[in-house]
Amino acid sequence: MKAIMMVVIGFIFGLGLIISGMTNPAKVINFLTYGNQWDASLIIVMAVAMLIMMLTWLWVAKKEKPLLSGTFNLSDLKKIDARLIIGSVLFGLGWGLSGICPGPGLVQLVSLKMEFLLFFAAVLGGMWLAKKV
Amino acid sequence: MITEFTPVSAAIGGALIGIACTLLLVLYGKVAGISGIVKSVFAKANSDSRWQLYFILGLLLAGVAVRVFAPSLLEGELQLPPWLIVVAGLLVGAGTTLANGCTSGHGVCGMSRFSTRSWVATCTFMLVAFITANLVG
Repeated sequence: MKAIMMVVIGFIFGLGLIISGMTNPAKVINFLTYGNQWDASLIIVMAVAMLIMMLTWLWVAKKEKPLLSGTFNLSDLKKIDARLIIGSVLFGLGWGLSGICPGPGLVQLVSLKMEFLLFFAAVLGGMWLAKKV
Repeated sequence: MITEFTPVSAAIGGALIGIACTLLLVLYGKVAGISGIVKSVFAKANSDSRWQLYFILGLLLAGVAVRVFAPSLLEGELQLPPWLIVVAGLLVGAGTTLANGCTSGHGVCGMSRFSTRSWVATCTFMLVAFITANLVG
């Protein structure tokens, strides 16, 4: 049951990424680039998703546990440290260069285009390298 | 490549992303951070990586379904030389691992929770991505 639900949830998430256009690197790059080709779609995607999640967090705050599992599995990290900043700078560099973040990178694997396969392999390599630090 | 501003499909897509994050949190108490999910499945196979595997399966199935039924929705290419694709991928992988999150975990799920870490992370990677895209493009 849980396995099927997880596939469904992943499917909805993936469909959202595709319909929103965020799996097209050009749309992300055009959002990030100032000029007369500016494409503000990404802001709408983020704003709508965040708005829904704000309501969800309000609900979560009143609950002891999730509906189908024993505990909430949430980060309790608070510290703003060098890892957070350096990591975000590196991610920003990679995202600004390519226009792809991990979700769209994963979905675009199904295109079987060499460039996306290469990108995702490099993402895994980067994760492996960072774990060594 | 020129792209159109597409507010309606952006809103529908954003709503689906928000609904998926909501289901994961409300039903199972988990945060939909894609970089963390990818890391747990591919970079370390621990006993708790099963749900992440199914989530990724669903994500890929969405891609397959769209490729079969509406292939034009899944357009997109990476117009970069291969060495730069590798550099960008390494940066995304290493950066999201160090920062413990990306656009989904910090951006959508963290900022809506008013997590200071997520706001700092998202503002940082947005700003750096903005500068990078303008310098390169």
